[in-house]
Amino acid sequence: MSTHAPVSADVAIVRPARREPSAWTLALQALIRRKAALAALIVLLAIVLSCLLAPLLSPYDPVEGQVRDRLLPVGSAGHWLGTDEQGRDLLSRMLYGGRLSLLSGFAPVVLATVIGGALGIAAGYFGGLANTIIMRSLDVVFSFPAILLAIGISAALGPGIVNIIISATVVFVPPIARIAESATKEVAKEEYIEAAKSSGADSGLIIRAHVLRNVFGKLFVFSTSQIGGCLVIASGLSFLGLGVAPPTPEWGFMLNNLKQLIFIHPVVTVVPGLFIFLTSLSVNLVSDALSDAFDAKR
Amino acid sequence: MAPLLEVKDLGKTFPIRNLFGRTKGGVSAVDRVSFTLGAQGTLGIVGESGCGKSTLARLLLRLIEPDTGEVIYRGRNILELKGGELKAVRRRLQMVFQNPYSSLDPRMTVVDNVAFSLRANGVPAEEARAKSYGYLESVGLSRTHADRLPGSLSGGQRQRVAIARALVLHPEIVIADEAVSALDKSVQAQVLNLLRDLKQQYELSLIFISHDLHVVEYMSDEVMVMYLGRVVEKGPAAQIFARPAHPYTRALIASAPNMEDDRVGSGAPALTGELPSPLNPPSGCRFRTRCPYAVERCAHETPVLCERSPGHEVACLLDGQIS
Repeated sequence: MSTHAPVSADVAIVRPARREPSAWTLALQALIRRKAALAALIVLLAIVLSCLLAPLLSPYDPVEGQVRDRLLPVGSAGHWLGTDEQGRDLLSRMLYGGRLSLLSGFAPVVLATVIGGALGIAAGYFGGLANTIIMRSLDVVFSFPAILLAIGISAALGPGIVNIIISATVVFVPPIARIAESATKEVAKEEYIEAAKSSGADSGLIIRAHVLRNVFGKLFVFSTSQIGGCLVIASGLSFLGLGVAPPTPEWGFMLNNLKQLIFIHPVVTVVPGLFIFLTSLSVNLVSDALSDAFDAKR
Repeated sequence: MAPLLEVKDLGKTFPIRNLFGRTKGGVSAVDRVSFTLGAQGTLGIVGESGCGKSTLARLLLRLIEPDTGEVIYRGRNILELKGGELKAVRRRLQMVFQNPYSSLDPRMTVVDNVAFSLRANGVPAEEARAKSYGYLESVGLSRTHADRLPGSLSGGQRQRVAIARALVLHPEIVIADEAVSALDKSVQAQVLNLLRDLKQQYELSLIFISHDLHVVEYMSDEVMVMYLGRVVEKGPAAQIFARPAHPYTRALIASAPNMEDDRVGSGAPALTGELPSPLNPPSGCRFRTRCPYAVERCAHETPVLCERSPGHEVACLLDGQIS
């Protein structure tokens, strides 16, 4: 029998001598380099935090209005963003409404990334029949225009924020699965996968250790770039009345509601739209910067 | 004594399918290849790109499933093993891959790349890393290298990592598939010497695949020359390089850049023409389309390996008639 290298005592200390900068450190550096992305990140954090802390920050109740204060314009004393036709403070409604809007923007993408990522990786790694079945089925879903599909599913399921999240998830699974599949295919033909197979590793371990790690960057960047679009779709569904029931505040629905005021206070009408736009833009700028950071050096 | 590894009539044809998934032909990548590898021996496999060397290596490890033949390792046919038994045999046969830029996971540290093989075989993480540091040290890579990502290593260093990864599973046979082809000449020499030293130290048998004759000559005891998926000549390295018998071997030796002019075969005509498509290989002797000595008989009869002198076999119909 062969004698193999003895493990010397100093080698047994397994703490790394020096750590490579993690992907997150690199991402942070990329953000700091890009001033626009940094600004976008700050705006995004401000919006998310203030929506989360809505109960502490809101000056008024979002649901109960003061009829005396109806239809105040933007910049009124005590009501910075004005009031709606029932005298409800718009700033408070924006903050509370953001919780649902942000949830319906982020949650479908997160869910679609998990589902689509799993499907795409399985299709890309195993190939053959599995690939055909998974990808062609997703193509069927993909062939519908996104917003029409979302409207169709939402209409079938009935109004409600959960149903919006479900229908938006369905819309975002196919594109995310495609990205995951193509990225996985690329990784699967690398020699380190072959090396892993020849060392006796089973598919589960190879996917967990090698594939996920190498696909993650692409998938993460693509998914974050979809959040903006998802926010718009979710708000759109809500605008069409497929979302929350009044008087619950939600940006898309508020936009619909306030459009009656367009000839009285045009600026007030724009407020929810502006928030949707700002959030979506910021997410896209941040995701752009992230895509640079995740470009692997080999 | 029985050989460590015995390969009998190994063959693989990749089917070519048409638009509707029907087989309309095949690429004969490896055709009836047989050889034996003795304990601690080195078998060199040479041939042009596309002659089936890499496919052969993958067939041995069952990274590609062979169509026909047997691979007998220590008296057991690997091709019949399943599950746990296959896993156990696989770790005794390890491979060093061709491209050091693709054979390491760019997002895993060097030591984790090596330790992965152990983890795949159920070794606890800490122990696997400790062991991997040891093997990296034995291929000449220090701790500071081990904790980096492969991206910051040079090609030669990466190939050392790949070697460490192959060794960490205590293999008996290491298959080096063009292991130094991607490296600079000076680095090649270092890696080759490292391989030779490690072979001694760990008592390994080596299958050394390369298109570079000098490298094969330097490394091997036995040499096997392949052309379009078939073995055309095999025998002791010294004999093959001193007295090449097959016209293809002669042409290969003649076309290899050489500092000394007086070698046998250096007067042989150099290779002309392109390698024929393996999709539609020539009938009879596959080399006949490029062979300067080819006669009509070569198109009708398929040459088989015949012993020329003890251990030295040639597959040429005209053997003995060519001066």
